Amino acid sequence: MSVVTPTVSRPAVSRAIAHPFLRRREVPVGAALLFVLVGTSIVNHRFLSTQGRTDLMLAAAITGMVAIGETFVLLMRRVDLSVGSTLGLAAYVAGSAIKDGGDGQLFKAFAVGIAVGLCVGLFNGLLIALLDLPALVVTLGTLYVVAGIQAKIVGGTRITADHLPADFISFGVERFLGIPKLMWIVLVVGAIASVFLWQLRAGRDLYAVGSNPPAAVLVGIPVRMRTLMAYLVSGACAGAAGVLFVARLGGVDANAGGGYELAVIAACVVGGVNIFGGSGTVVGALLGAMLLRSIGFSLSALSIPEFWQQAVNGALLLVAISADRIVTLRRERSERIGAQR
Amino acid sequence: MRAVNRFGWDKFVPVLAVLTLIIGSFWNEKFLTTSNMTFLIQSIGEIMLIAFSMTFLIIAGEIDLSVSSTAALSSCTLGFVWQHSGSIPVAVVSALVVGGLCGAINGLLVTKLGLQSLAVTIGTLALYRGLCFALLGDKRLTPFPTSFTSLNFKGLFGTWVPYVTVLLVVFGVLFGVVLHATRSGRWVFAIGQSKDAARFVGIPVGRSVLTMFIVNGLMAGLAGVVYTIRFASARPDGAVGMELEVIAAALFAGVSIFGGVGTMWAVAASVFFLGSIRSLLRLEGATANELTIVTGSLLLVSVVIPAIGRRIADRRSANGPSLPNAAVPSTTGTPDVSADAPPVLAES
Repeated sequence: MSVVTPTVSRPAVSRAIAHPFLRRREVPVGAALLFVLVGTSIVNHRFLSTQGRTDLMLAAAITGMVAIGETFVLLMRRVDLSVGSTLGLAAYVAGSAIKDGGDGQLFKAFAVGIAVGLCVGLFNGLLIALLDLPALVVTLGTLYVVAGIQAKIVGGTRITADHLPADFISFGVERFLGIPKLMWIVLVVGAIASVFLWQLRAGRDLYAVGSNPPAAVLVGIPVRMRTLMAYLVSGACAGAAGVLFVARLGGVDANAGGGYELAVIAACVVGGVNIFGGSGTVVGALLGAMLLRSIGFSLSALSIPEFWQQAVNGALLLVAISADRIVTLRRERSERIGAQR
Repeated sequence: MRAVNRFGWDKFVPVLAVLTLIIGSFWNEKFLTTSNMTFLIQSIGEIMLIAFSMTFLIIAGEIDLSVSSTAALSSCTLGFVWQHSGSIPVAVVSALVVGGLCGAINGLLVTKLGLQSLAVTIGTLALYRGLCFALLGDKRLTPFPTSFTSLNFKGLFGTWVPYVTVLLVVFGVLFGVVLHATRSGRWVFAIGQSKDAARFVGIPVGRSVLTMFIVNGLMAGLAGVVYTIRFASARPDGAVGMELEVIAAALFAGVSIFGGVGTMWAVAASVFFLGSIRSLLRLEGATANELTIVTGSLLLVSVVIPAIGRRIADRRSANGPSLPNAAVPSTTGTPDVSADAPPVLAES
């Protein structure tokens, strides 16, 4: 008899919400992604052709790379608005570092790009972690400063595909096992980041800080170091995304990366990363990036004017956060009813 | 953050603005001329109009990133309705109504569903901008009657003062009085300090926040009308990025992003100061990129200086014998203020 009792104690909850896996936030996002992909390819067969898939994944790779880093920051209840301009600056500096050179400089490009990203991340992190400054204000400031520096050093010049090594350009379009190499990089980084956040103590600390900052201080989590780390990761990811950007587009100009910050935050939020910290996964953020990009491509495949793309993306973000909220409210209510019994 | 007030940053900003005018007039003789002042006031008009109402939202612990898209949508509506009805008054009223509606949607999502305003307005930023393109395509409308657009060139009563000054003064005084001298204004600060506490003492938090969002939408709509007059055209990609300029100006004025702290005079002075610095540097031949760097650096400086001032004040109050019963709990190292405030935005 006593064995049965625990299951009876919360009947409403266990029946209303099925297997724990299905309760994960990634599931509805993945389902929506699948729906968009399958639905569009039924109407337009060329949508998921080899070329179509490649284009889609290349576009999602860059947003996804930045979203991985942004997830670290958002989990801590902070935000990084400077990622867009960091991406642009890293793209230009990395592009300049390898231009007019020979082949085999892929590693150098990434080293330079990530170094630029780390510099911006270090600056943000030091101000926010050590001086306790509001993240929104600091990263809004660095957004302007970095964008200005980028536009200033780029000037009227631009790097085009002619200047870049041939193997770098082909790296941007080549595939491995049917998936673009750029996407592989994002998947590997995403996997490492997921394991870090899921299994390692430093990663779990980010969730703890985001859930309850004062409590995190009290239990002895080195909040400043973790904040600094999160901004370094965010900067490094934005820097690496800059290199992916050059490789994919074969060039950079003064406006590269503008406006990415809001698209990236939107991708994270759609993918279930709570903008108030404490919950969310890298997988979700990547799915969110993929979903937003797919919808854009889907609209053009369905011959809907691309003007609607932004409106649809915005509406999707609103639907995602509203649905989240409603589910949470209902769960809280059912748990309250369960507790009253 | 109370410390920002203790440092007196909000009183320092108007001084900065006046200093810039004085130093600027010596530095470059073209700076304090009537034509440059006309241009300066016109260039900050839209930003200041939105900054007035945005100040309420930020003090209440909310934020609205969608204002630039709202202004653009209002501008596009103005063009669209003018094209189809041929009546400027009808078009202007519809533009304002659209602005108010945009604000109402933001406000309802935040208050009724309890969503975070940062996430909601990132969504509506894209949504409203998308609707601009849906309304006008990628073309711009320019067939406005000259009687409407020439408003921009004629000064008040034949002087150099542009018409938008009237709007700035009227709304500046109105918003300033409401914020600092009425019960509703004190509610805004209370909501920003703690939503729960405000609710417990009987302040209608939801209704107040909703009202602030609607007013903010209306002001963004008005800014859209001003923008249309200034450029004599309605374009779907107009006013891109203005939200960050508005927020930067408010934050530079010492309005706390955590809510509960801020003054209207500092915000007005801050918009004016940032505008005059840009105008001065432009006269000195600075490029747009250099102006961007300056704006960003000033924003960083505006938070770094009070933070360092706070550090010094904390240390002095902890070590010095002059303050025996200082409220600071014990030692030096714990800057409690920011540790327990939600770092991004204050929320219930």
